[in-house]
Amino acid sequence: MTSSAAPGESRHATDGFAIQTHNLRKVYGKKVAVRNLSLEVARGQIFGFLGPNGAGKSTSIKILLGLVKPSGGEASVLGVPCGDTAVRRKIGFLPEDFRFYEWLTATELLELHGGLAGVPARRLRERVPVLLDLVGLTPHRDKRLQEFSKGMLQRIGLAQALIHDPELIFLDEPTSGLDPMGRRLVRDIIRSQRERGATVFLNSHLLSEIEVTCDQVVFIRDGEVAAVRDLRASHNEEVRVMVRARKLTEESIAGLSAWSTSTHSEGELLTLIARSQDSLPDILRHLVAAGADVYQFTPQPFSLEELFVEIMGKDRGL
Amino acid sequence: MALWIMAGITLREAARKKILWTALAAGLGFLAVFGIGLHYQMTDFDAGSTPPFLRYQILSGMLMVGLYTVDLLAVVMAILTSVDTISGEITSGTIHAMASKPVARWQLFIGKWAGFVGMLAIYVTVMFGGTIAVGRWVGGVTPQNPVYGALLVFFECVLALTVTLMFGTWFSTLTNGVIVLGLHGLAFMGGWLEQMSGFTDSSRLVAVGIVSSLIMPSEAIWRRAAFEMESPLAGSLQFSPFADISVPSLTMIGYAGVYLLSALAIALYHFQQRDL
Repeated sequence: MTSSAAPGESRHATDGFAIQTHNLRKVYGKKVAVRNLSLEVARGQIFGFLGPNGAGKSTSIKILLGLVKPSGGEASVLGVPCGDTAVRRKIGFLPEDFRFYEWLTATELLELHGGLAGVPARRLRERVPVLLDLVGLTPHRDKRLQEFSKGMLQRIGLAQALIHDPELIFLDEPTSGLDPMGRRLVRDIIRSQRERGATVFLNSHLLSEIEVTCDQVVFIRDGEVAAVRDLRASHNEEVRVMVRARKLTEESIAGLSAWSTSTHSEGELLTLIARSQDSLPDILRHLVAAGADVYQFTPQPFSLEELFVEIMGKDRGL
Repeated sequence: MALWIMAGITLREAARKKILWTALAAGLGFLAVFGIGLHYQMTDFDAGSTPPFLRYQILSGMLMVGLYTVDLLAVVMAILTSVDTISGEITSGTIHAMASKPVARWQLFIGKWAGFVGMLAIYVTVMFGGTIAVGRWVGGVTPQNPVYGALLVFFECVLALTVTLMFGTWFSTLTNGVIVLGLHGLAFMGGWLEQMSGFTDSSRLVAVGIVSSLIMPSEAIWRRAAFEMESPLAGSLQFSPFADISVPSLTMIGYAGVYLLSALAIALYHFQQRDL
């Protein structure tokens, strides 16, 4: 699977891929957590990583971060084999259900993680207040984390992931526990990271968040890639169209097979699945030329949730 | 750099979570009880007609009991404070955000280990020094080689700490605690069985003690420390609990050193290899 960055969107656009895996595999005893995962993530994009529980998403992220050793296959991040210690200077990570030393204050936590990330003390003194402000925690900078709500902990977790201006950021469920304002804040931060050229690898159960944030998504099922969707270039994707028209004939509907994969008519209502958005003008012209009086012609792109259900099957919950 | 950050955060954790202060406060309570006991004994001696020679031997014996208590407290503290640090952080996921930073795993491990070693150094210095000071000021007795003895007790604590951290790379907190306390209990029992061989003249009891010390040499280190600190006369008296009946050799102390280094190497290797 290959993905590409939009022209001019990233300073790293020509530097290759942020992540590449080839037949990546992880087995725990008899359980296969990751099965032949082959993935390429272009630099400078927001990449969504979707799949039901137990699909191997978190394990895959841990392999890429060097926390878990793969049983087979290859993986590289920022052009370096995963597990390399030095490259982690360019990687940020917000783990799912972020845990911390709760006896530290927000400022101390960022200083700790900044120090471990190799940020010089002088730079850290400038960086910590900026990040606290970014995640809206400046008034709580001297408060111990044990007094923080779950949403506040997610925010400080996000700040620690960004403390060293990473080029590649892994966010595992970053909006978990956040209220709508918090989710919006995280969304804005993620976009701002892309604007400065970073790559964001986003794992989230909130498909609506993924849909409005990501450039590209990959669906993982049973530890391997089930499908890929480019959310920016949807012209080549299938689209559902609702048509309300009079004088629809069987011949005119049959003629739609040139552009659609399925049709269903009931009285004046016609529903069809167009092969691509590019074909919509041709469909409309065909219907009018066939003598139909068209009152309504409404493309209804598939939501990510519909795609998810279609790809994963209805019995696979998130 | 990362190593010192981890050492510092471990020490700060001990201070911030009041582990060190609580332990030191409890230790001060122990010192107070020890001082009061010595004081009353001195008062009784003054009221009676115990010969100075015997007084000195009894007070020396009381000092050794005090130092043995400090040894036990220090070893238990080494185990209890560190039992959750690796296993708990792996289980809870606390370690994920740190291990994904540009830090080698050995630095995370040795940093934590060094932080605990620093904390134990403070604890042993204060408690051992306090006990000796109370013995000197209240009872007028001092051990033979206090610095050597303190270093051996500190060595024993570092051994217990290292074994605890080593098992922490494999097992959950509770299992780890059960294993390490069990091992120290085994060493404790073996040491006393070996000591009792003085009464029964049983070479098989000595063998049981040696095998126990080979499995876990913590108690053997204390018995060597006791031998170094006790007055030669009291040590030679068979009724003394710390009599020189079966003194662990310097070879055994060397074995304990190899044991510690091996535990550290195994822990580092396994922590490096395991999935987090």
